[in-house]
Amino acid sequence: MSIASRVGLRLEPRVENPRWMNWVVPIGSFLTALLVGAVLLLITSQNPISVYQRILERGFLDSGSLSGTFISATPLLFTGLCAAVAFRVGFFNIGGEGQFYVGAVFASGIALALGADAQSWIAVGAMVLAGAVGGAFWAFIPGILRARFRTNEIITSLMLNYVAGIGATYLIFESDSFWRELGGTGAVFPKGKIIPLTAQWPSFNLGSLVVPFGLVLGALIAVWLHVLQKRTRFGYEMRVVGGAPSTARYAGMRPSRVIVSVAMISGALAGLGGAADVGNFRHVLDPKGLQQSGFGYAGIVVAALARLNPLAVVFVAIILGGITNAGYALQGPDFPAGLVGTLQGLILFCTLGGEVLVRYRIINTRRQVRAVAAS
Amino acid sequence: MSVNDNLFVIILASAIFYGTPLVFASLGELLAERSGVINLGVEGMMLLGAVCAALVASNIDGPAALILPLALVAAMAAAGLGAAIHAFLVITLRVNQIISGLALTIFAGAAGLSSYLANVWGLGKNPAINQFGRMNLFGLKGVPVLGPIVFDQTMLTYLSWLMVVLASVYLFRTRMGMHLRAVGESPQTADSVGISVVRYRYGHVIVGGMFAGIAGACFSLTIVPTWANGLTSGQGWIALALVIFGFWRPDLTLVGAYLFGALSSLRFTLQARGIDIPSALLNALPYLATIIVLVLVSNSRISRKLGSPAALGRAYEREER
Repeated sequence: MSIASRVGLRLEPRVENPRWMNWVVPIGSFLTALLVGAVLLLITSQNPISVYQRILERGFLDSGSLSGTFISATPLLFTGLCAAVAFRVGFFNIGGEGQFYVGAVFASGIALALGADAQSWIAVGAMVLAGAVGGAFWAFIPGILRARFRTNEIITSLMLNYVAGIGATYLIFESDSFWRELGGTGAVFPKGKIIPLTAQWPSFNLGSLVVPFGLVLGALIAVWLHVLQKRTRFGYEMRVVGGAPSTARYAGMRPSRVIVSVAMISGALAGLGGAADVGNFRHVLDPKGLQQSGFGYAGIVVAALARLNPLAVVFVAIILGGITNAGYALQGPDFPAGLVGTLQGLILFCTLGGEVLVRYRIINTRRQVRAVAAS
Repeated sequence: MSVNDNLFVIILASAIFYGTPLVFASLGELLAERSGVINLGVEGMMLLGAVCAALVASNIDGPAALILPLALVAAMAAAGLGAAIHAFLVITLRVNQIISGLALTIFAGAAGLSSYLANVWGLGKNPAINQFGRMNLFGLKGVPVLGPIVFDQTMLTYLSWLMVVLASVYLFRTRMGMHLRAVGESPQTADSVGISVVRYRYGHVIVGGMFAGIAGACFSLTIVPTWANGLTSGQGWIALALVIFGFWRPDLTLVGAYLFGALSSLRFTLQARGIDIPSALLNALPYLATIIVLVLVSNSRISRKLGSPAALGRAYEREER
């Protein structure tokens, strides 16, 4: 007799989902996470209400805060899409982090190579392309290894994150590479060359709101992915391969080809994020900053919270972007670093737990036994 | 120049020193995986262990013989709690093991709870008052070759050797170990002969977390030795690879950990000797080597024969029988 059955609880798969659950459960999970977070804050003698209030203000409500939130949300949007697409087919690409770096390296490289004379739209377009190619290339490695040798992609993609980080560090700190600024203060403090103005990505002003081009691009791609997954043959194959690889094989599909393609799409998305990071915000290859941000790992949180749905990724990325942005703005003695990750983790735990309510019915077996005994 | 200044001896000695946390962490992951549960939260649990060990070691005054074990217990408790969250989610609630483990690392990791707690507690300003120092065991440090390698390590290293032996005996020579392997291979069969799958899985995931906690304590009490944010620098992920690398066997995992320790210490040693090799290449070497080994052992038939638990990563749903 298992512990669960002795306690009297049993999980039974639901036959049908009541519609309201799709809304109530995620919101309930989110609130539960805030509640657990509040307990943690109280234990560590912080005032939860004021912490949450400040996050809300600095992340979303204060004037100008939403523009900052969009900046934080853009990389999360791309890495979130990266994870969502790959996890859908059961390819656990943890390498969004490294693919993001490689995208940033490729995009900044092409921007520097084109120089200040290139037309703006050509430079931006080339960066988008280069970032995607770089990320796809980096994700191709775990993809082909999984398809050919069944090598565990979780570990290989993860190891490649470190390799990419070391490579980017090498370009700026340990060599006189094309990316490195050797003149001026760069001769003393290693740093990257700033990309020419023409290659810097535009932002759109809507009144007081500033929307970066990268965010718009990411949102458009999310829509495209939604259509790809729901309306195309390839999307159908993705669903089958993700759900039942052997069925896919019997149906004449080639799971390994689907997996390699999806791995490359996934990597391209993270690489685009890296390109957006250079083009829209940093304007320079900054290996230290990239590695401290951890956008790739946070993207996995985004994807999981969005239940791997590309359209929901946009929404979740903006919410988590807001929390992240507030974290940057508030960091100080009464808003200790690390709080943001802690809250993100709690939200994720509660959402994962909450999803069980959607998938299963919880049955009190003890009551059943009593009912049987009574009759 | 004595024999003990030989490059080979120095590299081997530091491989063991730097490999010790990897031994603990991968041993813990091995136990969890043998029960059929993969836990990607190792990095997070290690950081939780490291921060709690640092708290005890630098804030409580007392004799080292009392404080250090206390620090280890704190590390084990904190990391064990982290593992318990994962266990509850994946065993009872049947959440995807990959995502839950990642959630644990994000929750507890370098940008999460470990960093938050360290900030709240004000850690990391001074080196830990109490540390695990090198022992010079039986005064044999000066013995040629074996001295620095075997007799000049810390207490934690000797503890790790003991744990490897115990884990090997436990896994392959005891009834519980056999039951554990059965649970990881075929939970249905194990259940049908009266072994509690749920209890075995909970137990080994949590004990595995405690090992990760000790691994984290190795950093804050010996290697660094104070608190620094994200001080494990991704070694928890390496531990995951080492379990595969060591074919789910404690003894081979130890070898893998030291190989990795040697590769990571190679650059310090070579630089100290003035041998000029691009450090980026040396830094990347352990990660590239891990990928290559994984490819070599990843043929599924081979890996099954070598000990990969067949039910690894799958929730056990009793009702489905």
